[in-house]
Amino acid sequence: MTGKTVQLHTPLGDEVLKLHAGDHVELSGIVYTARDEAHLRMQKEGIPFDAQGAVIYHCGPVVQDKRIIAAGPTTSARMNELTGFLLDRGVRALVGKGGMGSLVREQLKNRGIYLAFTGGCAALASSHMTLKGVFFEDLGMAEAIWMIELDCLPLVVGIDAQGNDIFDRVMKHARQEYERYRKC
Amino acid sequence: MKTPDDIAIHSSLADATFRAYREAVIRLPPDVLRVIQKAAAAETNPVARGEFANILKNVAEAERLGVPMCQDTGVPVVYLTIPPDVCVTRDLYDAVAEGIRRATREIPLRPNVVDPLTRHNTGDNTGAGMPAIHVKPGNTFTVTVLPKGAGAENSSRITMLLPTHQYGIEGFIVETMLHAGGKPCPPVILGIGIGGTFDGAAALAKEALLEPIDTMTSYEQKICTAVNRLGIGPMGQGGDTTVLAVKVKTAACHTASLPVAVNVQCWAHRHATVEVKR
Repeated sequence: MTGKTVQLHTPLGDEVLKLHAGDHVELSGIVYTARDEAHLRMQKEGIPFDAQGAVIYHCGPVVQDKRIIAAGPTTSARMNELTGFLLDRGVRALVGKGGMGSLVREQLKNRGIYLAFTGGCAALASSHMTLKGVFFEDLGMAEAIWMIELDCLPLVVGIDAQGNDIFDRVMKHARQEYERYRKC
Repeated sequence: MKTPDDIAIHSSLADATFRAYREAVIRLPPDVLRVIQKAAAAETNPVARGEFANILKNVAEAERLGVPMCQDTGVPVVYLTIPPDVCVTRDLYDAVAEGIRRATREIPLRPNVVDPLTRHNTGDNTGAGMPAIHVKPGNTFTVTVLPKGAGAENSSRITMLLPTHQYGIEGFIVETMLHAGGKPCPPVILGIGIGGTFDGAAALAKEALLEPIDTMTSYEQKICTAVNRLGIGPMGQGGDTTVLAVKVKTAACHTASLPVAVNVQCWAHRHATVEVKR
């Protein structure tokens, strides 16, 4: 970790390739929320926005009167098998919680990054957000794709473009500790 | 036929349920906030310190804006205590459901409740068997709401240990957290149910979450220390605090059984109790 916060603005480009797992960043610009159902729909019918340099946010917000009320991250690992096609079309960053599997870690290499936002921090998130539009609204509030403008959302690089993954590192350590615990 | 008293009870219980839900999703109970603040101050890992800073800012922001602290406003788990002069009728269940529907519209809550097989969303956070209502006799008429988010609930586990394997209880709890990793939004609170029946242990584990979390017995503290050695940390990104507290509840069980249930609760340990006005 470098200790200083890096500012990122969408659309993202090669600047993401220089970041390291553990770096603190602040993200500004447009992100698109997508959970399980939206990923399936995009696979079938195509991506309804310009994917070049785009950011996907794993989130099912609470929306009322065209305002984002609460919008923390959902568990990213559910989208492990559904992410490759987005990166192939130019998506540069995924935002969520809990990290993703080794498949996505490989798919991100030399292309993009995974950014972690603190789970449960939905009120903090919404205070950095303006709602700009919606796609696939028929999927319901939680599963629709909401187009949101961010203003300096504080995030941590969870997986970088060189394959470093803080979640994987932590879980390897946890498994070692568990083995030690079982032996005593 | 409904008496004027029945109608009054229905409307005050619906109102109390609504108010308890609003309080629960917007403000953390004081004991939970104290425990988080203490862990934040003691945390040494820089990434974890950032996570704690976000959590504390989020709690303040939710209160300032009067909005839910987490977008997963859970499924409604409700505990009622019923004084001797109130009859337990279908109408009490309907009144609670009415309060939940109002909470969904007005707070607002995210509609999370679906049919388990068709996945059809009812849109109002009620459905067959939902809200999950637990009724107990008591001296006062109160409603307690425990909105339960999916990330932590999905990491919960139950086992039927051999009665001679009491030493396996702690290991099962540590293993549960190892499987869970960052998925349940740690730092978590673990509700542990030991004894009773298969289903009873799970119910005890959930009830244990309603106990004050700023004190632990030496048994609870020992389990807490063992789990924290895993170093999973806030959000699974590493750190000193994986578990904020462990709470254990026990019940008598069959001599040939030792049921153990672990109910995992995210840091956003939302619950509130409101007295039903009469």
